[in-house]
Amino acid sequence: MKERIKDIFETCKQEKRAALIVFQSCGFPDLSASEAMIESAIISGADIIELGVPFSDPMADGVVIQKASQIALQKGVCFQDILDMAERIRKKHPKTGLILFSYFNILLNYGLKKLTAKLADIGIDGILAVDIPYEEKEELDIFCKEQHLHLIPLVSPATPLERAATIVSRASGFIYCVAVCGVTGARSSLPPELKEWVEKLKSITELPLAVGFGVSSGEMAHQISDFADAVVVGSAALKPFFDSVPFEVCLRKSSDLICELRKEVNQKKTV
Amino acid sequence: MSNSHYGIYGGQYVAETLMPTLFELESVYQREIQSPSFKEELEELLKNYVGRQTPLYYAKRLTHHCGGARIYLKREDLNHTGAHKINNAIGQALLAKKMGKKRLIAETGAGMHGVATATAAALLGLDCKVFMGAIDIERQKPNVERMEILGAQICSVTTGSQTLKDAMNEAIRVWTASAADTFYVIGTVAGPHPYPKIVKEFQSVIGREARRQCLEQTGKLPKEVIACVGGGSNAMGIFAGFENDSSVKLTGVEAGGQGISTGQHAASICGGRVGVLHGCKTYLLQDDEGQILDTFSISAGLDYPGVGPEHSFFADTGKAHYAVINDKGAVEAFFLLSRLEGIIPALESSHALAYAIQFASKYSNEDIVLVNLSGRGDKDINSVKDFMLKNNKK
Repeated sequence: MKERIKDIFETCKQEKRAALIVFQSCGFPDLSASEAMIESAIISGADIIELGVPFSDPMADGVVIQKASQIALQKGVCFQDILDMAERIRKKHPKTGLILFSYFNILLNYGLKKLTAKLADIGIDGILAVDIPYEEKEELDIFCKEQHLHLIPLVSPATPLERAATIVSRASGFIYCVAVCGVTGARSSLPPELKEWVEKLKSITELPLAVGFGVSSGEMAHQISDFADAVVVGSAALKPFFDSVPFEVCLRKSSDLICELRKEVNQKKTV
Repeated sequence: MSNSHYGIYGGQYVAETLMPTLFELESVYQREIQSPSFKEELEELLKNYVGRQTPLYYAKRLTHHCGGARIYLKREDLNHTGAHKINNAIGQALLAKKMGKKRLIAETGAGMHGVATATAAALLGLDCKVFMGAIDIERQKPNVERMEILGAQICSVTTGSQTLKDAMNEAIRVWTASAADTFYVIGTVAGPHPYPKIVKEFQSVIGREARRQCLEQTGKLPKEVIACVGGGSNAMGIFAGFENDSSVKLTGVEAGGQGISTGQHAASICGGRVGVLHGCKTYLLQDDEGQILDTFSISAGLDYPGVGPEHSFFADTGKAHYAVINDKGAVEAFFLLSRLEGIIPALESSHALAYAIQFASKYSNEDIVLVNLSGRGDKDINSVKDFMLKNNKK
C-alpha cells in the first residue's frame, strides 16, 4: 500500500487536524509489553507508529530512549521478533502508518535488499535511519524505491535552506523536522524560532512536515499542529514505563498522554 | 572513490544536525592546511612545545636478543604528554581556534587522548570537557587526575558498556547539541569524514620524520613498518610516510586480548565484519544482530570495537596487512623492552613490539624493521601488575 502515508495526511487535512506520530522502542520493557503499548497508542489515536529497533549505540538518542534500548537488548529482543510483531500489528491495523526507525548498522547487518523486500511484504510504509544523511542515503534508497518504501529524511534547524531544498526534492512520504539541535528527549518548551523555520520549509516542499524531538505536552502538540502537518512524540510517552508501578498503571499514564496529544492536534486553528 | 570514502569505507553516517558542522570543518581544514601561517604555527608548537622531532632509535640489545632484522624504534613516547596523541590534539585545537569555537570536547579510553586534548586546551585558552567511560575512569585514575589538574572537566559515562565506545556516543550527543560553540577533537582516524583525513594529516609527521631519519641513519628504507592498531591513528601516521614505497611492508597489529577464538579481543579487522559505527563504515566487532560487542584487551587504548576506515580499505586492498598479538605477548614485550633497553613502552605499543620480536628473525641482519613506539608505559603499571597476579607469574 504505497499510498497509505498519503491517505493518512489527506484524512488529517479533511479533518482539519495534524497527524499524531508515536515512537515506540520495540522490546521495551519486553516484547509483548511493547506490543501492548503500540496497540494502546493506536487506540489512543496515533496515526503513524515509529517502530524503534534498539541499537547498542544510539548516538542520536537522549537518556530515555538509550535506557529503553538497553533494556530491550538485555531482554534479548531480536530483529526478527520485531518484524514478526510488526506483521501482527499490520494485520490488525491496516490503516495505521508504520515506519521502521533505527540506526543504519542494524539495517545493513540484515541485508538491505532482503530487509526492504521483507518490510514491503509485511506492509511497512517506510524507513527512518537517524544516521543516514542525504550524502549516504543512496545505497539504501535504491532498494527502498524498488520496494516502494519511503525513506524518511530528517531536516534540522542547522540545515541551511538550500540544503533542505535538495533533501526534500528527493524525498517521499513525509519530512521529519527535528525541532532542536540535539538528541531525542522530552523538553519543557519549544524553541521560539520553530514556527518561522517550519513555515520556511513549507515554501520548499509539498510533502507533509512532521515535527519531533522534545514534544512532551498537549500544549506543545497544540502549538506545533498550528503550523506543521504532524506531531511526533517519543521519549515522553516512554517515560512512564520507568516508574516502579504495575505495567497497567504505566500504560494508562502513557495512553493518557497520547490521548491528550491527539485531542490537541485536533485543535488545529489554520488549515 | 569520492573524497569522503576509502573504497566502500568511511563516509558521514551522522545525524543531519551535524552535517553542516562537518562541511564547515572540512572547508576550514582545507583552507588552513594550505595556509603557510597555520603550518608555521603548528610546526613551531610541535618543535618547541611537543618536543619534535622524536628520535629514531636503534634498539641494539633487543635486536641482538631477537636475532635477525635490526629493530629501530620511533620514539613517540618522548613527546610531551607521553604519546603520539598530542600531534593530533594540537592540530585540531588550532583548527578549533580558527573556527572561533570556545570549547573542546573529546572522548578517551586510556586517557592519553584526553590528556593531550586537555593539554592543548590549556595551551590555547579553550574550555575542555572529556568524556570517559565510568569503568575506564576506575582503570585509569592517574590520567583522570592529570586531566583535572590541566583544568578539564571529566564527564563520567555510565551508559552501555561504560568504556570508550560509550564515551564516544556521549561526546557525539553533546556535540550534536552544542556544535555552534564546541569543537569535537576526535582522537583517532575514525569518525565521520573529514576526521579520518584530518587525524591522518596531523599524525603523518611521524611517518615523514621516520622515513627521513631511517635514510639518514642507515642509508636505506626499512623492510617492514609495524604499529599497533586500535582506532589506528599512530599506525596511519607512520604508514603515511611509507605509503608510496612499494618495497616497505606495512603491518598493523590488533589487540588479540585472550585470543580471537575466545571472543575476548579487540581485533576489528582480523575478527570483525563490515558495519557502520560513529559516523563511518568500517570493520566492526558486532554480533549476528548488528549490535556492537564489548571489546577486551589489557590495553585500554586498543579497547575499541571499530577501526579507522582507511585501515579497512588497506586491509582489503593489501596495501597494509594486519595481525594480532594477545595480551600475554604484549606483556612479555613490555618487560623485554624495559629490561633490555631501559624503555617502558605503553601496552598499546607493546603489541607492535611483540610482533616485531616474533618475526625479526625471518629477516637478515642487514634488514631494518621499524616499530612505532607510540607511547610510554607509566600509565600501564597497574594493568601489568594485575595481569601478572592473575596469571600467577613473577
